[in-house]
Amino acid sequence: MENPKILSLNALSKRFGSVVANDAVSLDLHRGEVLALLGENGAGKTTLMNMLFGHYLPDSGSVEVLQDGVMTPLQLGHPQAALAAGIGMVHQHFTLALNLTTFDNVVLGSEPLFSWRRNRAAARAKLLAIMEQSGLVAPLDTPVGQLSVGERQRVEILKALYRDARILVLDEPTAVLTPQEADTLFENVATMTQNGLAVIFISHKLREVLAFSNRIAVLRHGQKVGEIATKDADERVIARMMVGADTPVTARETMSPGTPMLTLKDVSVQGQSKRDSLSRASFSVHSHEILGIAGVSGNGQSALAGLVSGLMRPDRGTVSVGGTEISRPNPLTMITAGVGRIPEDRHHDGIVGAMTVAENMVIERLNDADIQTRGLLNRDAIQANADRLTKDYDVRGPGSDAAARLLSGGNIQKLILARVFDQTPRLILANQPTRGLDMGAAAEVGRRLLEARKRGAGVLLISEDLDEILGLADRIMVIHDGQLSELTTRDREEIGLSMAGEHA
Amino acid sequence: MIRIEARNAPPRALTLGVPILSALVALALASIPLAFAGADISTAYAEMAKGVFGSKFAFSEMLTRATPLIFTGLAAALAFRAKLWNIGAEGQLYLGAMAAVAIGSGAVDAPAFVLVPLIVVFGAAAGAAGMAVPTVLKTRFGADEVVTTLLLNFVILIFVQMMLEGALKDPMSLGWPQSSPILDQGMLPQLMDRMRIHSGLIMALVAAGIAQFMLARSVWGFRLRAVGENAAAARHAGIRVNRSLMSVAIVSGGLAGLAGVSEVAGLKGYLTADLSPGFGYTGIVVAMLAGLSPVGVVISALFIASVFVGADSMSRAMGVSSYLADLVVSMSLLCVLIGGFFARFRIVRSKVGVA
Repeated sequence: MENPKILSLNALSKRFGSVVANDAVSLDLHRGEVLALLGENGAGKTTLMNMLFGHYLPDSGSVEVLQDGVMTPLQLGHPQAALAAGIGMVHQHFTLALNLTTFDNVVLGSEPLFSWRRNRAAARAKLLAIMEQSGLVAPLDTPVGQLSVGERQRVEILKALYRDARILVLDEPTAVLTPQEADTLFENVATMTQNGLAVIFISHKLREVLAFSNRIAVLRHGQKVGEIATKDADERVIARMMVGADTPVTARETMSPGTPMLTLKDVSVQGQSKRDSLSRASFSVHSHEILGIAGVSGNGQSALAGLVSGLMRPDRGTVSVGGTEISRPNPLTMITAGVGRIPEDRHHDGIVGAMTVAENMVIERLNDADIQTRGLLNRDAIQANADRLTKDYDVRGPGSDAAARLLSGGNIQKLILARVFDQTPRLILANQPTRGLDMGAAAEVGRRLLEARKRGAGVLLISEDLDEILGLADRIMVIHDGQLSELTTRDREEIGLSMAGEHA
Repeated sequence: MIRIEARNAPPRALTLGVPILSALVALALASIPLAFAGADISTAYAEMAKGVFGSKFAFSEMLTRATPLIFTGLAAALAFRAKLWNIGAEGQLYLGAMAAVAIGSGAVDAPAFVLVPLIVVFGAAAGAAGMAVPTVLKTRFGADEVVTTLLLNFVILIFVQMMLEGALKDPMSLGWPQSSPILDQGMLPQLMDRMRIHSGLIMALVAAGIAQFMLARSVWGFRLRAVGENAAAARHAGIRVNRSLMSVAIVSGGLAGLAGVSEVAGLKGYLTADLSPGFGYTGIVVAMLAGLSPVGVVISALFIASVFVGADSMSRAMGVSSYLADLVVSMSLLCVLIGGFFARFRIVRSKVGVA
């Protein structure tokens, strides 16, 4: 590296209770460099960046930032100190005031609190100069609430640059973008680094990391397991670093689809926002078939999932399961019709964290004769059920009589899989089933879905992860703005364009 | 550097120990106002203990005082388990008492084995109705039940006063606002000669036992716990959340109604507007101190009744204001809330600060 070092993290460690989130992680960053921080979910990437930015106080270790030509220790645990040292962070979830304009959002917090008048003209000139230099363009006087997700992200970056950030941390910046929007983002990043900005970019997508970074650091279980110049890396090498082994390949056999298991006819749902609206959707999921729904999050997936899981009712059109129309859709009628539901937010909708693992395993079938006799729970049957399912589905944790929230994310998902698959559902709704899971647990989910498909179930797979859909689905539909459209192609580029609504 | 860290699972010793410790701390803290009142502290505590355990009569008085607290404590504990914030046990208690008086003071003439159950059922039903209304307002219109149940207490109390001046007024009361007495055969049987303790206590203990059993072992209790701990997941799993809330509302209101029945048909015999010195509100403290466990409610009701009765008797013996009892009860609630924090979190000392 010919460029000078601008930031170094020295042996940062952080524990949460008994979990070691970061174990003596050291990193260096140079001027004008894009460093990709790669790792599975839960590997400790976000924790590390939160320590850098002062949100968390490390248990041990230090951070040094180049200031006036000298490496100066950064006061830890104080976001203000990080800001002053020129560290800017763009979080996965934006921190913008939706009712304010772009301009106001950018200057918010950087103006003196006690001052007679705002020097808006100077601030505006500075912001325009930054936009010019970086190539980041966003309408200045439009309320942020009216901007697209990609534009909002640009506002977040502008906010950091406006505060004279020399080090920019992007936490999973492409998670909410279409492939095309992501490309624009990376072009902008390239321009900014030419001007001397250093970027740390957190991701778990190998493809974009390989395409856009200079150097890759890989975290696994809170430890830095490798660092490699991007030009020397390929997908296999990095994947092996991330999981410590080669990526498991899911084998899938070809099958001919059977009778329709789920049919939506001209279904519309008018939700409170665009997020939970669906307009005139018609499609079927057949037996022996996995239908993948691709799309950028917030385009009507939650309406579709709500409909199939029984939480939402159609305003028009009909929903049929296994050829029978569901006249009064609610979670109970959907369960009895043979729909297994894997919810998107497993902590919020999937489990009752304070209740035991065994109880969570029977929560969907409290009316079954083997679970209750005249209103009283059959504790032996519940225990036997739990013993069987924990064994068959390899649910690991402190035991079946422990609170379900004590399980790890992957094991919570296994609990839900066990509960769903054990009932041999005709139709399975899998909504973002591998989000937040490590590769091993994600592969397990894929295997179970393929197994159900083989058995004759239909699977409706909603996912933002295009690789997951390409790997599992027999047919692919794209959802954009509440509209579903069937795709004949499996070409990434084409799918990306549809996700952005170009072909709709 | 001192930090606060969440515990993964509160140790069992703490979940049991915290309420007991809080109670003791609250009692100990009572020595401060006692000292200010100029009383000799050790004598005061001795008098307090004597007021509860000093004689058979003193002990029976404590049990009599605990009876309505067990009912209202159960009412709060069950509702709170479902995160249904019933602050209206006071009003529901008066509804129950009013129903008992309306049925029992001559409107129905029947032998005891008919009249007593009738009074109990109608009293419970009146209390249940009193909680069903705010619950409908909550599930249908999203009205916050904390506000509606709390305000209904005052509405109901004024309604009671109106009835005591009108339809329910005892013509023989020489103008006092009190109801006609419940017929002799409508009164709950006494438990001991020449003591005020009555079979309402047995009802309360049985209710606590049933509640404990149902909570742990029935589908109803399972649903109630699921709704309380995570309503979204419960709904997703096919549990009818509103129906569950309504059922717990009816049980909770019914138990509060029984507190009124037991006070009016077990103790007083007639209804006045000062039947309850805030049993409904104290029930909330009882439930919190009990960690919302029905069996725990019995124990904490006994503790709080002891504090009240003991402080009463101590104040009579030593000339200290009996408001001290309210002080101890309030302080034990505060101590439980603070203690609950330490059960859920732990304090960690660490050496790392600025690098």
